Amino acid sequence: MSWTKNVLRVDLTSRNVNREPLNMEWAQEYLGQRGLATRYLVEEVDPMVDALSPDNKLILTTGPLTGTMASTGGRYSVVTKSPLTGAVACSNSGGYIGAELKAAGWDMIIVEGSAPSPVYLYLENDHAELVDAGEIWGTSVWATDQWLHTRYQDPLLRIACVGRAAEQGCLYAGVINDLYRAAGRSGVGTVMASKNLKAVACRGTLGVGNIKDPARFLTATAQGKQVLAENAVTGQGLPTYGTQVLMNVINEMGALPTRNMREVQFEGAHKISGEAMHEPRATDGKPNLTTNAACFGCTIACGRISTMDQGHFTIEHKPQYWGASGGLEYEAAWALGTDTGVDDLEALTYANYLCNEDGFDPISFGSTVAAAMELYGMGVITTEDTGGVDFSFGSAKALARAAEMTATGEGFGKVLGMGSRRLCEKYGHPDLSMTVKSQEFPAYDPRGIQGMGLAYATSNRGACHLRGYTVASEVLGIPEKTDPLVTEGKAELVKAFQDATAAVDSSGLCIFTTFAWTLDDIAPQIDAACEGDWNMDKLLEVGERIWNLERDFNLRAGLTGKDDTLPKRLRKEAANVGPAKGMVNELEQMLPRYYEIRGWTPDGTITEETRTRLGL
Amino acid sequence: MLKALKLEPQHCTGCMQCEMACSYENEGVFNPAKSRIKVFTFHEAGRFAPYTCTQCEEAWCMHACPVEAITLNAQTGAKEVADAVCVGCKVCTIACPFGTVNYNQATGKVIKCDLCGGDPWCAKACPTGAITWTDADQTGFQRMYAWAQQSPAGEASYILPQKKDPAAYGPSA
Repeated sequence: MSWTKNVLRVDLTSRNVNREPLNMEWAQEYLGQRGLATRYLVEEVDPMVDALSPDNKLILTTGPLTGTMASTGGRYSVVTKSPLTGAVACSNSGGYIGAELKAAGWDMIIVEGSAPSPVYLYLENDHAELVDAGEIWGTSVWATDQWLHTRYQDPLLRIACVGRAAEQGCLYAGVINDLYRAAGRSGVGTVMASKNLKAVACRGTLGVGNIKDPARFLTATAQGKQVLAENAVTGQGLPTYGTQVLMNVINEMGALPTRNMREVQFEGAHKISGEAMHEPRATDGKPNLTTNAACFGCTIACGRISTMDQGHFTIEHKPQYWGASGGLEYEAAWALGTDTGVDDLEALTYANYLCNEDGFDPISFGSTVAAAMELYGMGVITTEDTGGVDFSFGSAKALARAAEMTATGEGFGKVLGMGSRRLCEKYGHPDLSMTVKSQEFPAYDPRGIQGMGLAYATSNRGACHLRGYTVASEVLGIPEKTDPLVTEGKAELVKAFQDATAAVDSSGLCIFTTFAWTLDDIAPQIDAACEGDWNMDKLLEVGERIWNLERDFNLRAGLTGKDDTLPKRLRKEAANVGPAKGMVNELEQMLPRYYEIRGWTPDGTITEETRTRLGL
Repeated sequence: MLKALKLEPQHCTGCMQCEMACSYENEGVFNPAKSRIKVFTFHEAGRFAPYTCTQCEEAWCMHACPVEAITLNAQTGAKEVADAVCVGCKVCTIACPFGTVNYNQATGKVIKCDLCGGDPWCAKACPTGAITWTDADQTGFQRMYAWAQQSPAGEASYILPQKKDPAAYGPSA
């Protein structure tokens, strides 16, 4: 059990909200969250639909362990067809909203159609209603959050909403919850805004019960917490430095993509690293980092809460940014900083605040700014395009202005909001877009970490580190060390990570637990909570089934094996310095083997045999 | 030896493990809405603070109760609500200066911390040492120790979770 077995279906067009039972047959095949919601999406949405049309659906979904005492059991995902990639989108977030949805009695909310005018969804346990959102449409995430809290006079109301970026059609807008947690990637917020749905506000007081074997569950989750506490990464590194613990590490190994991925090491990395966030500032003697913070149920607590220097040029006349707020994670610091060549920690923090305040993905945004900066350096983009802003690499002023413009969709912000691929095509240089399936890269250079090249190329949501994080093995030695510079064995490694990750993403747990946990630690927690038999083998099978289901959706959406590729720069322009100097990513040495072990044809389609084996 | 819950907000990360442990022990579900201990978030200051009943010696709630539903457990020092006696008048919720006695609309009774009979689940579940179960006469000793040691200001100990004996992690039934 631990599923509530309730699905809320919200038809925005007719304004009907209805409860229906969760398909428990599918729950046994797809577990929950990412897998189960994708199953619903595949059943109900034609892969060829325009992602921003009323025919697309938006699914907010929890996992069976969401809202329980399992460490990190507070995750939820937003599943839909992406307007950025045209592929399936699944963006995962922490904070408190996931557990609140569950405590209100819902496994999943399926949003369909489109409202004639802006609305928000208000949930109080089994009471669900659509309310006019005219007063908050056109305002930021933070303003919306405040307005709803004021209106309901309930500080414990949990809110997920879209900001102005999504309303303005920015293709990588996210759904932000609890002020600064984000279902950030692939434009899931853009889809939500296209439906005229501004927010979901939820208060749940029913709690999560129906644990299959409570005594065993408490023992299994306690053991899991002990493993996390004793592990160097989850017990020390992440709480102390957050994911930013990686900035200096990845830079050292020459795998930190720099200035639109032209280079692989950043001379300013130490100024924007996790360590730098602890250092007292020269200006006011205070560190950027105020404290670490946990999402619901998390005993790791990697979250960053920062407080900016009030005298910094970005906020000196803006007291609304003087309080503490969500600080830089590694990916954001990389995209906003390293990839744009900006080494001003405060400017990065400001841009990150704006990404939260108006709901857009800092990875895609930073990478798009980086592409624009390269084009500016070539003279292709000029100050006439940028509204007078000098868009040179390394300009903190350009970064700040770009974030302000993208947040509201004004001027050049409209162009930046299209993402790197569309921007580079518009200016006639598609090769300079550092994307896979139109989604921007994260912070690991596949020239110095070969397996990540294959993981990026084959990711079902476009370039992404969280579909198959072989960095764990190739860099950190988890669960065992592999050589980041070789291609041999990487097809198997990528597949194993992709399948395991799909299972974890479907459970309600956070993928960061897997720095310490294997599926052997996770399976007993799921098995003690959920009806059915959940062992490691079954989880891997569920993961593989999910991976193929997503792939199948993408193939029917018009993507092909030809889209499993990397930008020319990463395949032809060798790393200029560091341990990977002289190397490119050897994708073509890994891809055929990957297709083979996936049970796909040489052109990347799923064979009948594989379909039958997985019950697709 | 009487023990007490010691709360150190500077270690709290807002993970809500205490609220889940409390509600599970008392209500049989993971339900922060029914927890007797609450974690409050102060976004602008970047602070989290757990708060619950301190078990006052001359407990206002106990004195205010017109039907003597709140009694002292001499073993633990807890002021406990007897559900069979409580009439749900809520006078105790008015009397408590700290707000730690609250009405539960699902049962029509009030709920407050009873120290889980001397083995509080919140302290066992807290991963950072923000909530500990300690000698009631010495809840300030660690702070005194820190002052005595005169540790330099700005040391990052408030950011590192205070680890405790890993064997003490999480309640096991």
